[in-house]
Amino acid sequence: MPFMDNILRFRDDAAHDEPAVTLDSFLGQSNATAVRIEAGDDARALLPYLDRIALVEVSFPKFRDGRGYSSARVLREAGYTGELRAQGDVLVDQIPLMRRCGFDSFAPEAPVDEAVLTASLARYEHVYQAAADAQTPVWKRRHG
Amino acid sequence: MYKYDNYDQAIVDARVEEFRDQVKRRLAGQITEDQFKPLRLMNGLYLQLHAYMLRVAVPYGTMDSRQMHMLAHIARKYDRDYGHFTTRQNLQYNWIKLEDAPDILADLASVEMHAIQTSGNCIRNISSDQYAGAAADEVADPRPWAELLRQWSTFHPEFSYLPRKFKIAVIASDEDRAAMRLHDIGIQLVERDGVLGGKVFVGGGMGRTPMIAPEIKDFVGADDLLSYIEACLRVYNRYGRRDNIYKARIKILVHEIGADEYRRQVEEEFIEVKKLGIDPPQAEFDRIAAFFAPPAFEAGLSNEIDRSDPDFAVWLDQNVVAHKAAGYAIVNISLKPQGGIPGDASSAQIDLMADLAKEYSFDELRVTHAQNIVLPHVRKADLYAVWQKLADAGLAEANLDLISDIIACPGLDYCSLANARSIPVAQKISTRFADLGRQRELGELKLKISGCINACGHHHAGHIGILGVDRKGTENYQLLLGGSGAEDVSLAKITGPGFSEDGIVDAVETATNVYLAQRTEGERFVDTYRRIGMEPFKDALYG
Repeated sequence: MPFMDNILRFRDDAAHDEPAVTLDSFLGQSNATAVRIEAGDDARALLPYLDRIALVEVSFPKFRDGRGYSSARVLREAGYTGELRAQGDVLVDQIPLMRRCGFDSFAPEAPVDEAVLTASLARYEHVYQAAADAQTPVWKRRHG
Repeated sequence: MYKYDNYDQAIVDARVEEFRDQVKRRLAGQITEDQFKPLRLMNGLYLQLHAYMLRVAVPYGTMDSRQMHMLAHIARKYDRDYGHFTTRQNLQYNWIKLEDAPDILADLASVEMHAIQTSGNCIRNISSDQYAGAAADEVADPRPWAELLRQWSTFHPEFSYLPRKFKIAVIASDEDRAAMRLHDIGIQLVERDGVLGGKVFVGGGMGRTPMIAPEIKDFVGADDLLSYIEACLRVYNRYGRRDNIYKARIKILVHEIGADEYRRQVEEEFIEVKKLGIDPPQAEFDRIAAFFAPPAFEAGLSNEIDRSDPDFAVWLDQNVVAHKAAGYAIVNISLKPQGGIPGDASSAQIDLMADLAKEYSFDELRVTHAQNIVLPHVRKADLYAVWQKLADAGLAEANLDLISDIIACPGLDYCSLANARSIPVAQKISTRFADLGRQRELGELKLKISGCINACGHHHAGHIGILGVDRKGTENYQLLLGGSGAEDVSLAKITGPGFSEDGIVDAVETATNVYLAQRTEGERFVDTYRRIGMEPFKDALYG
């Protein structure tokens, strides 16, 4: 779980170094490969362009604002495989849920205690529902 | 009833350890109260006026005696020897120490219980009909559906930071005993061409802007249920308002865009969600449903009941209702003794109710949204013995659905949001109408009291509702008439200017006098109100 430049990545590829542009600028130009969406932006606007996007940064203005969890799932369900980053007021106890929604990198405004994070990511061996990650829901385990 | 397997137990045990770690970090000052708050709230731990309050989940209101005994044990060991049953079919402890909370959760986990998602802006405990599995009028037992939803909603990764809290109810009868259409999502099981499915209502609720949920979908099969509800939630999570906490419930979204537009968005989302394979196979539904198979009712039991003890006969007529199996009955235990605190029970009373469930009711109890307890499957031949034991414990008040069977929120005696006290008003009304003969003369009369506009005491759904407000530093009580949380769902209307604490008790009595003077044969209070309107009541109250 390398922490580089205050970005926590769960990916093996090299970090993308192009700065992310706003959704409006992205939609207005053809060559950007990194985009930042605000909590209220419609992630579905990106669906026609997924094959040329390498990084989507989803903003969390307040930790209570959960719209970004749906944005992440919408993108992963549409087949997006690039980097999906949660940026902003992201708390350590939220990262396991965000991982399940498909986020694979994190840029929290406040530092995250890595020991706490490691423990909480390992804590739940089982999950009840299918989501955007590879975990098997318990109903599937129950019935083979 | 449902039993945990190793997976369920592992998840609940992991939660205990997670919360233990979070409390440790909070006590060590590693996280701020602001950061800790959403974490403790998702474990049902509130900071109230005097202490922490812990809300324990009772999924769809069903418990066995082992679980009920544990609730008594916790009340004795960690609280002040009593617990409070709530309108969400849960139990609250009012005097909890933060450092004890992890041990309490561990005790709960040892009997397959938890406090997961009993608070916070997430999907709360699923509620249901307290007569499930016992009522003659249900098309099926609604609890397998509720359990399916419980598991799906537990730690749902996408819906743990919704705009606001989210309450789901599942019923299976035309008679609505769970205030289904006053939930964020209400599901009524119906049969179509021999197949069971859910009729889905979305956008009901009480609070400061009460709404009755409109029907959004006439039929969703069990194989599509989770996908459909996930679609309902996703539309809400993306587009529900977050700019104003008072406009953040789904009812506001559905109201603002309209039921048709909301339905269109859900249907569109459902097409996407259905591709994801989130619905468990029929085998999982069958596995859950098997836990709710009817108990081994004895055949050939007599329906005869010896009514020679007149006090017993009164209780029998008021608190005992018909069961689907011959020779059995459903027993309602009132937690509304004369002058008492609605919903409170001592550890000894909780233990006694557990013992009665074990001995007489196939080891099952239910909590009702009206803050009473139900023994769902009692042999008619045992009713007299059950009644005697209840009477010895002060639990045989024969007032089900009468004016003293009051729903009341904790109010300003406990709650940090309240503007006025609810409990003393409930006690005074219960004392004013202490004469049971007089109560029975008034008939079914649902009286509900909230100590602030958040409406935890369901005042909008009361035949008579009372809302406590703060008026220039003094408690003031508004009177409402004509609400209902049942299948004849309606929202109560305010009569006019409010009353003092004693004045509201007089006002309730005045309203009942109008009813007695105006009613026609067979009319309940709410029927008379609906027929004659507000004016005669206003004239009597303010004229």
